[in-house]
Amino acid sequence: MSIWIAEDAKVLVQGITGNQGTFHATKMVEYGTDIVGGVTPRKGGQTVDLGGVEAPVWDTMVEAIEATDADASVIYVPPRFAGSAIIEAADAFSQVRGNGVIVCITEGIPTLDMVKAVDHVSTIDGIRLIGPNCPGIITPGENGGSKIGIMAGHIHAKCRIGVVSKSGTLTYEAVAQTMSIDEGQSTCIGIGGDPVNGTGFIDCLAAFENDDQTVAVVMIGEIGGTAEEEAAEWVAENMSKPVVGFVAGMTAPPGKRMGHAGASISGGKGTAAEKGAAMEAAGIRCANDPSEIGAVLLESLKAAGLR
Amino acid sequence: MNIHEYQGKQLFRDAGLSVQDGVHCTTVEQALAAYDALGGDVVAVKSQIHAGGRGKGSLHNPENGELVMQGGVKIAFNRQDVENYAQNILGNILVTKQTGAGGKLVNNLYVEGGCKIAHEYYLAILIDREEKMPLIMASCEGGMDIEEVAEKTPEAIFKVHVDPSDGLLPEQAEGLADSLELEGAAIDSFVENITGLFNFFVSNDCSMVEINPMVRTEDNRIVLLDAKVGFDDNALFRHPEIVELRDLSEEEPTEVRAKAAGLSYVKLDGNIGCLVNGAGLAMATMDVIKLYGGEPANFLDVGGGANEEQVTTAFGIIMEDPNVKGILVNIFGGIMRCDIIARGVIAATQALALEDPLVVRLVGTNFEEGRRILSESGLNIHTAETLAEGAQKIVELVGGES
Repeated sequence: MSIWIAEDAKVLVQGITGNQGTFHATKMVEYGTDIVGGVTPRKGGQTVDLGGVEAPVWDTMVEAIEATDADASVIYVPPRFAGSAIIEAADAFSQVRGNGVIVCITEGIPTLDMVKAVDHVSTIDGIRLIGPNCPGIITPGENGGSKIGIMAGHIHAKCRIGVVSKSGTLTYEAVAQTMSIDEGQSTCIGIGGDPVNGTGFIDCLAAFENDDQTVAVVMIGEIGGTAEEEAAEWVAENMSKPVVGFVAGMTAPPGKRMGHAGASISGGKGTAAEKGAAMEAAGIRCANDPSEIGAVLLESLKAAGLR
Repeated sequence: MNIHEYQGKQLFRDAGLSVQDGVHCTTVEQALAAYDALGGDVVAVKSQIHAGGRGKGSLHNPENGELVMQGGVKIAFNRQDVENYAQNILGNILVTKQTGAGGKLVNNLYVEGGCKIAHEYYLAILIDREEKMPLIMASCEGGMDIEEVAEKTPEAIFKVHVDPSDGLLPEQAEGLADSLELEGAAIDSFVENITGLFNFFVSNDCSMVEINPMVRTEDNRIVLLDAKVGFDDNALFRHPEIVELRDLSEEEPTEVRAKAAGLSYVKLDGNIGCLVNGAGLAMATMDVIKLYGGEPANFLDVGGGANEEQVTTAFGIIMEDPNVKGILVNIFGGIMRCDIIARGVIAATQALALEDPLVVRLVGTNFEEGRRILSESGLNIHTAETLAEGAQKIVELVGGES
């Protein structure tokens, strides 16, 4: 098994009629994702051409889930509407089927909107929010698989390494590194670089620990906050599978925001050095250079008798 | 986005919070008029820059760097003091712990009526990333460096998390007043101010509000004597009136231009420019340059869907920095196609007549095509397969030239 998203998951696209929504929905269909339709308010009843596949559009998430029994939704709506899109999806999944995974790709959502959305989601059992401001989640399959987001599908292959990361392109780098030592991935998750997000490192690590397909995890952090330190502590106490890592931002100056809204060192807290040290102390082997993640992972797999 | 103290104070005043009367000035004459208007009593003459530590900073002559005055915030007891301080502040460079050695030119002054202080407190509201909700922090140790307090005596900082769906509850505000050991009228005054300040924080989409110090006066009132206010950039679209308060002279001009072009750029001190897609990979690229003995000149994320024009703009921005002696391009093409990037790189190097060494690492979608385009261009572009190889090459090329 993979985590949270099965290879054949049924997926809805919120904002499917927008440029980004249509473009990425088409890419997902190309990869093999089962896109069962989408939602755009006031455009219900239309269809959208996703490279030859006609996808139906509903006005609301409730109607769309009732019609398709979708397992997940992916959000490409503009920042100012994204917070309410998350809340709508959470309520709809909860009401119609009692569970669902919401993947929010949108970058630039106001922080207080996310505070409200995350607070809302946390009060409903069975709903998982991934993101925002993330590349999404992908479970590679034997033939295609389920790609929910904006990552390049073709660089992935189904196998046994779990990947979790705050950053998009650095996740690709980690994926390529697993491939360079003839491994592949169970599931890869981008949790996003915003200060307030849904699923965190510990949620992912716990799920990988319980997943039969996953034998080891690559965890990619970056400056800002203390999520890496907390994850490291959790790994030391709870994780039996090897975890290797990398933390970006060793050379980042304090007080400057480095691209991601959450990536800044404030008051001397959130430095890459602190995070790396906490991870090493918890037994997470860290690469100094992303090009070495493969080599570090291979050593850890050998040490665990997995190679 | 940050604003000046004088702007923050005006917003506080409009929100009904307790601040002293004050006047924004840009000339010595205005400062003297402000002193008269405020009643000719004790006033504070405060340098206005977007950085903390003003009180303990020092003012320097912009031409020769000579020390003009210690302290960027002064208490003036008469007209002559105001004139001296305003002269020493306006047009000079204020260097504080937060500005870096270069300091910041002071163009704005705030002349504020004094008050009789019985005690100084620290007060801040920010977003707690781990708890994912707003957090109020307060301490009896006002006027101090709060990071130092947090490190040495964390128990002296009182924290209250506010559930966004409930807002700040009266018992939370009263509890905080109790922790700060306030008594009598000061309790009501504090509760009124913290409630108003929290509502201000939420309704204006602030990222941080810091009041250091908040004071209790001798007549037992609470006054917000400082106002450091930051806003969430992502929420500025719903606050056009806040956007108007922006002072672009306080921001790095190249960073402002990069942002306008959809790029994320931060200038650093090294000599190897970097052009990367994705914030995490851009940081990692800087780290690896350093790891192999070089010094990155910048952080630059061209984003996930950059086109030829943006790549050209990005090159232009990198090359504006006179320290740059070589450039490393690191693209992991996912959605972004490497052949498009390669064409952008060639167009940019030709348009800008780039002479410095250039190393390009392209992987991901259409990378073979991208590399072929680069190698057939006839330009002096080095290619690399991994980030490590790219970093080693550029460090070597730059090192060899200096």
